[in-house]
Amino acid sequence: MLPIEIRDVTLVYDTPGGKVPGVKNVSFNIGASEFICIVGPSGCGKSTLLNIIAGFLTPAAGEIRIGGKPVTGHGMDRGVVFQDFAQLFPWRTALGNVTFGLEMKGVAKAERETIAREQLRLVKLEKFTASYPHHLSGGMQQRVAIARALAYNPAVLLMDEPFAALDALTRDDMQRLLADVWRETRKTVIYVTHNVAEAVYLADRVIVMSPHPGTVKAEIKIDLPRPRDPLSVEFLECQKELLGYLGHNANANEPVN
Amino acid sequence: MTENGQRARSLIRAAITLAAAAAVYELLARSGYFAPALLPKLSVVVTTLIATLADGSMIQHSVYTLYRVMFGFGLAIAVGIPLGILMARFTAVENFFLPLVSALMPIPSFALVPLFMLWFGIGNLTTILIVFYAATFPMLFNTWSGVRSVNPIWLRAAGCMGADEHSLFWKVIIPGASPFIITGMRQSFLRAWIAVVGAEMIAASDWGLGWVIFDAKEFLNTDIMLAALVVIGGIGYLFERLVFGGIERATVLRWGMVRSAKG
Repeated sequence: MLPIEIRDVTLVYDTPGGKVPGVKNVSFNIGASEFICIVGPSGCGKSTLLNIIAGFLTPAAGEIRIGGKPVTGHGMDRGVVFQDFAQLFPWRTALGNVTFGLEMKGVAKAERETIAREQLRLVKLEKFTASYPHHLSGGMQQRVAIARALAYNPAVLLMDEPFAALDALTRDDMQRLLADVWRETRKTVIYVTHNVAEAVYLADRVIVMSPHPGTVKAEIKIDLPRPRDPLSVEFLECQKELLGYLGHNANANEPVN
Repeated sequence: MTENGQRARSLIRAAITLAAAAAVYELLARSGYFAPALLPKLSVVVTTLIATLADGSMIQHSVYTLYRVMFGFGLAIAVGIPLGILMARFTAVENFFLPLVSALMPIPSFALVPLFMLWFGIGNLTTILIVFYAATFPMLFNTWSGVRSVNPIWLRAAGCMGADEHSLFWKVIIPGASPFIITGMRQSFLRAWIAVVGAEMIAASDWGLGWVIFDAKEFLNTDIMLAALVVIGGIGYLFERLVFGGIERATVLRWGMVRSAKG
């Protein structure tokens, strides 16, 4: 796994209404196998930053290095999971979706199917390899998306609010599952969310961003032992601290928008 | 309900609809208000149909017509799909072809038959080209819309996974646009089928279902005309239900990209 350096990254959106700052002078480092959550209110540039790391957007200034190599465009050292369930290819089965990246890499059919089955087992979908996405629930589709992003073995997993469109119970299950997957694979994960409890549950370190323009407001290390208990006093203390940075101190369980 | 059960039910429903239409026709034919030579009874039409099928003449005519349709339809697919994709992917291609397509599309294919007869003579070439003309535009337009409506997140996801232009095209854009492409093929075949009969009436000699109808008029053989219409309807129905319905069930319906009607 590779460390990531983010150096003075700035991006300005050119809209018909004028220039809108996206992110400004964002800098931080991510260690190998570290789980980073980026939280912040809408418009803080957290998704913009993730899109820059993914290579979908090119920053106006600054640079991002993964394992010392500067990022230009997207590459197979990164796997991306989006929020939208529609990200899966409806014309491919769960297995077919997961093998896609391996197919692009030129891995032989038998081998890529073995790898894909293993990835689907990791997200507990080994019984659904032959199912088409439209027969799977939202949570299952997102699990296929995670397996798909991991299958070609990228060093970094980028996740843009992957569970935001799920119901609360499913979301809890998915967070536990992702924590397990991370423990097994030791990928470097950059996870964007606006849900503070989710960030405290998953992250080694939380980057708090503030809007207009998007800048890093604080970096908070979460030093709780895993698996974490969302009802423990220490957990709630962490949430409170985070909410303090976000300008909220009332109900700690409410997601910040 | 099982898939076979549903299939059987839909066949029964179709049979009921067709039987009702036949009953209405038969009532009119037997009402005595119309000359039997103009409105023959169904039994007469069926006898003629069986006789012309048995002596092979109706089959021979159908084969001619089908040959022209499939040739023209094939050309329409070969031109419509690639051009539609290119128009959707490259602005320059769209800018060049869109005015041309917009100007040509509203011209009815029948209006071109006399001109094509002068250019290409009477027979297969003219009818095939008329079919081709009629069938290309729905194919082209649907493909063009389909490629433009491919969900950008699929392209993005495929790009992340290292897809090059070639894989993007064959493994994402074509399947992603498939609901539209299949709709295009359906509409295109329908237009082809309509155009061929018209073109054969004017520009075909001695063979083809359109020619049969036109020729039968000379001798007031309404039973032959109606028998030919039954064959035209039957072949069209088979293609629609079996060929295009089958393609749809095997692809976009199975993938959940389109849904069958509920209820």
